[in-house]
Amino acid sequence: MEDHIVIETEELTKKYGHQIAVNRLNLKIYEGEIFGFLGPNGAGKTTTLLMFLGLTEPTSGKVRVIGYDPIREPLRIKEKVGYLPENVGFYEDMNARQNLQYVARLNRIPDDISSKRIDEWLKNVGLWNDAEKKVGNYSKGMRQRLGIAEVMIKEPKILFLDEPTIGLDPEGTNWMLDMIRTLSKEKKITIFLSSHLLDQVQRICDRVGIMIKGNLVAVGPIEELAKKKLGIDAEHYTLEEIYMKYFKEG
Amino acid sequence: MHGIITIFRKELEDHFSSTRFILLSALIIMVGVIITAMVGMSIQEELKGMTKPTLIFLFLFTSTGKLFSFVQFIAFFGPLIGIILGFDSINRERVSRTLSKIVSQPIYRDSIINAKFLAGVVVIAIVLIAIVLLISGLGIRLIGVVPGPEEAWRLIIYLIISILYIAFWLGISILFSVVFRSTATSALASLAVWIFFSFFVGLGAGFLADAIAPLPQSGAQVDPEVLIRHERIQRVTSLFSPMTLYSEATTTILDPMRKTTRSLILMGPMERLSLSRFQNPLPLLQSLFIVSPHIISIIAITFLCFGVCYFIFMRQEIRTI
Repeated sequence: MEDHIVIETEELTKKYGHQIAVNRLNLKIYEGEIFGFLGPNGAGKTTTLLMFLGLTEPTSGKVRVIGYDPIREPLRIKEKVGYLPENVGFYEDMNARQNLQYVARLNRIPDDISSKRIDEWLKNVGLWNDAEKKVGNYSKGMRQRLGIAEVMIKEPKILFLDEPTIGLDPEGTNWMLDMIRTLSKEKKITIFLSSHLLDQVQRICDRVGIMIKGNLVAVGPIEELAKKKLGIDAEHYTLEEIYMKYFKEG
Repeated sequence: MHGIITIFRKELEDHFSSTRFILLSALIIMVGVIITAMVGMSIQEELKGMTKPTLIFLFLFTSTGKLFSFVQFIAFFGPLIGIILGFDSINRERVSRTLSKIVSQPIYRDSIINAKFLAGVVVIAIVLIAIVLLISGLGIRLIGVVPGPEEAWRLIIYLIISILYIAFWLGISILFSVVFRSTATSALASLAVWIFFSFFVGLGAGFLADAIAPLPQSGAQVDPEVLIRHERIQRVTSLFSPMTLYSEATTTILDPMRKTTRSLILMGPMERLSLSRFQNPLPLLQSLFIVSPHIISIIAITFLCFGVCYFIFMRQEIRTI
């Protein structure tokens, strides 16, 4: 199991002034899994993601992402990790293809390779017919699809998705969840997604971690957490019940 | 290095395709052409039937004609070019949330700010070189004199100083775009600094001099010591304005007959004597020596400004980006 760990943190802590955003986080993410990182707004989910990418310096503790230290070698990590922030932004006056190409160039992908990948991913996310449209005219759902295409252009090993389904309509949400599942199964990509939409996480995640006020209060497969916390193992639980239980205690 | 080149190319594309760049260059070219036409015609008029004086070509840039000279126009309007090119360079990306995307790509964070500054400087250089060439071309037709090597060198040095001067204002506006989240705030802050340094420092210098070394009311005998003190204070204070630095540097470079940047009162007797004795234009190198403190100061404030900007940008928490 040891060599299949792709992200490992040890007592990872981040403080903003006196406020503790992430408190002594110990977490292991295994290769190929879909990990759901749950918690209310402001629980420290995004901060944790930013520390994984080396965009924020931890106050103390250790992180290793695909074997690299994000503080020392952030570029190595950013080459292999796709990050889709919450409400991803695009250059509104450029079309989808130009946006993707810019990101591809920043990733040092030669134009002849990137144009093939761009075509492929525009088709995969269903934006082929809108590729020449300015992104300023895109709907929220289309932007999120373009976001997926954008992180996939560099063919990452790990995907960090920050609230990937927030603000999407039911159809868009279903599309996104299916996409995440497909990426995990077919491309063997490790997926780390943060969310507070519990029923959706429950549908796709192999394991979840529950974060409340900077503390990781529980990690494991959903069934296991249910057994531990609610004492039931039938299919009567929902993630929401487990979560609320933790939340009230926290 | 790779990141810088990619971002630099995109920024250049953005600048050249933006409406504001087109408006800006249209305005500058229009004013430049009008000034040259007026100045050129008045030179033509005055020199009818005379032998042409040396270095007349530079008059195209320094002669005020009926309105103002091109040099004065750039001293006044140049900061605005820098501000317009830079005031929203960082916070625009922050507002559209593209900045957090860019920093999560495998590039160094400083390449973003370096590339943006560099692209701005290149745009400034292109605009200035184009307009100086345009004026030269028009001028050659109007006054029928081709610039010699010395005039060409003086123009090149003038261009370099101008690019640095406008780059300083670009740095100021990028600095505000790093500090403020709203593009409107950063634009207004840059304009406020521009107005303060360009106009109020000049006025303030007079007030300060009056306060420290007050001149007696008219009619009374003025003590020369007080007068010199008054002048000196005013001069030192006004040098805090980049516009004063720039104006003095460029007028001295472009006008070989100017042998000092100091006013007559502050000159020593020997300096006054030599000024009245030697009527010939200064060689280029001597003109450069006179304003070398000015040029070095302009370089220093430009780099200082960019340095502060760089430092703040690198230290900013990504959350606030």
